[in-house]
Amino acid sequence: MKRFIQVHHLREASLLLVILVVVFVFGNQIENYFTASTFTRISSTVAIIAVVAVGQTLVILTRNVDLSVGSIVGFTAYFVGHELNQNQEISPALILLMAISLGAAMGLVNGLLVAYGRVPAIVVTLGTMAIYRGIFVEYSNSESVVTARLPDWVKDLPRESVLQVGELELRALPAIAIAMVILFNLLLVYTHWGRRLYAIGSNPEAAELAGISSQRRVAVAFTLSGALAGLGGFMYLARIGTITVVAAQGLELQVVAAAVVGGVSILGGTGTMFGALLGACLIGIIEQSLIRMNINEFWKDAILGLSILLAVATDSVIVSSVQNWWSRTVVRPINTTSEKTA
Amino acid sequence: MTMNWGFLRRWETLLVVILLLVLALNLQLSSHFLDAGNIANIFYLSIEKAIVVLAMAFIIINGEIDLSVASVMGLSATIVAAIYEDGGSVTEGILLALFVGLLCGAANGFFVAYANLPSLVVTLAGLIGYRGIARILLEDRSVGDYPSAFTDMGQGNFLGDFQATFFMLLGLFVLFFIVLHFSAFGRYIYVIGNNKAAAEFAGVPVKRVKVALFMISGFISAFAGILYAARLGNVRANAAEGFELDIITIVLLGGVSIFGGKGTLAGVGLSLLVVLCLRNGMSLSHVDGNTQTSIVGVLLILSVLIPNWLQKFQIIWERRTRQEGSPSLVNRKEHSLN
Repeated sequence: MKRFIQVHHLREASLLLVILVVVFVFGNQIENYFTASTFTRISSTVAIIAVVAVGQTLVILTRNVDLSVGSIVGFTAYFVGHELNQNQEISPALILLMAISLGAAMGLVNGLLVAYGRVPAIVVTLGTMAIYRGIFVEYSNSESVVTARLPDWVKDLPRESVLQVGELELRALPAIAIAMVILFNLLLVYTHWGRRLYAIGSNPEAAELAGISSQRRVAVAFTLSGALAGLGGFMYLARIGTITVVAAQGLELQVVAAAVVGGVSILGGTGTMFGALLGACLIGIIEQSLIRMNINEFWKDAILGLSILLAVATDSVIVSSVQNWWSRTVVRPINTTSEKTA
Repeated sequence: MTMNWGFLRRWETLLVVILLLVLALNLQLSSHFLDAGNIANIFYLSIEKAIVVLAMAFIIINGEIDLSVASVMGLSATIVAAIYEDGGSVTEGILLALFVGLLCGAANGFFVAYANLPSLVVTLAGLIGYRGIARILLEDRSVGDYPSAFTDMGQGNFLGDFQATFFMLLGLFVLFFIVLHFSAFGRYIYVIGNNKAAAEFAGVPVKRVKVALFMISGFISAFAGILYAARLGNVRANAAEGFELDIITIVLLGGVSIFGGKGTLAGVGLSLLVVLCLRNGMSLSHVDGNTQTSIVGVLLILSVLIPNWLQKFQIIWERRTRQEGSPSLVNRKEHSLN
């Protein structure tokens, strides 16, 4: 019998429940919480985390981790912002291409070192996190990108409405994020490439024996993570406008947290893009709502750390016991029939 | 040929060569580099990192990683500050900070050893969470004006130009060296790092050793955080942020394998000298802090990349020289590399 409910559905459903509870609690605490402007503010924050988390998920699926994305987002945001400050006439397509290819180049360096240099991802990306930030500071001469000298289309992009339902409107940045989530989810579910990514992550030796070479795919996953971080960098520029040398510092923690809270197992091979999106939503909601509560914004990191730990702990305890229970109910009927035939 | 050239292939030999190179370069930059005052200063400026390096070496040899050390350092410094700000004494603050450090380590260790979670995620959560608690305690305030007895502990000279903290580091180094290389506990650390399953079957109390190691790491980090507060005489919630990069770099550069089971404290000590002297040299030649951090990042990657390459070349070399060797043996060696 086919099972229609899978473990990750359970995980995502429970996460959705947690999100609803959190929204309800904040709604009780904060005045004028259930308004369109709250939705807009939260969804814009979530958008950047979600786009970068899509790339992070690709990397984590292969049993690696990318801690350098914060620096990549910051550097690309500064780079394209600086170019636009110098010359406002550069076409949007060229700017996007610049952001994505710069990010992809930095991701490729990570990927080559991890896949072909056989250096563990944590070492490589902890190193490149510092290196990219250092190059950024050196390149920028500690100057900032200023909003005033950005062209209008960049400044207006976050306010652009794509879809409107009643008072709620879906702005351009969240729309990009949703498009990326859907695109990469389709790639993961329906393409050879995506299925092999899962295979590499869940059992590298078995994947190798099955003829799936992991090196190139791991390198590609890191490159895509870099490219998406580059896109995230452009979105960061559009949303924040003013880019200093500390831009997006610490974003990598939020992004890894989004993926892990969303059920993407750090041990590789498990997780979906929608899970990562839900994780990003939870983190964005907590962050933006705590800012609204004024004094308690300092609680943000403590809650974030706790939620990662809770998510991972429930993953290992509850989900594995549910899995055991399910596999037991499957095995039993097969055993009885085989005994009968014997 | 009776002479044993094996020592040439040791990682420590390479480190000595690098250290001599760095020293030579630094002496070129400033003839006062090897003065006692400057050497004391080199250690003085990074004493907290140097102390935490010892505990981190234990953790990585054991096959785990602790990303939360810098946050525990920040948290313990913040606790001292918050208690003092509330009118308590510094001694109370220190005792509570050490206890909380132990508790943070125990929490990390529990989740790693008993809940079987990867230490990378657990301590990443710790990295965010413990720093978060520090932010709750101090928010955006800065607390200073500690009694001189406290700041003297971090700043005062003890013997000649050297501060008391330098001798604490020396004492801890000897203690950690003896524990790692001459005690049963030290052998457990290596055995678990080499092969956790085999260690378990051999009756090594794997879980308890892991929890103990994380508690040591938490305690030492808290201690280092207190020294940090005493040295600077002023604490903010972002104290010691980002220190984990230097600490992990020093340990890995010291020849400790990130996969566990390999490395010596002698190597770690040498790489500590290399990194500290390198940073001092860069400061002497006016390289700014961010570039220094980038160079440490490059060092971190190279410290794993170069041994990997050396191993690869060694295997190719052995395959060429041993022509009569059975191919299966060669294949097996190649496989173990993967």
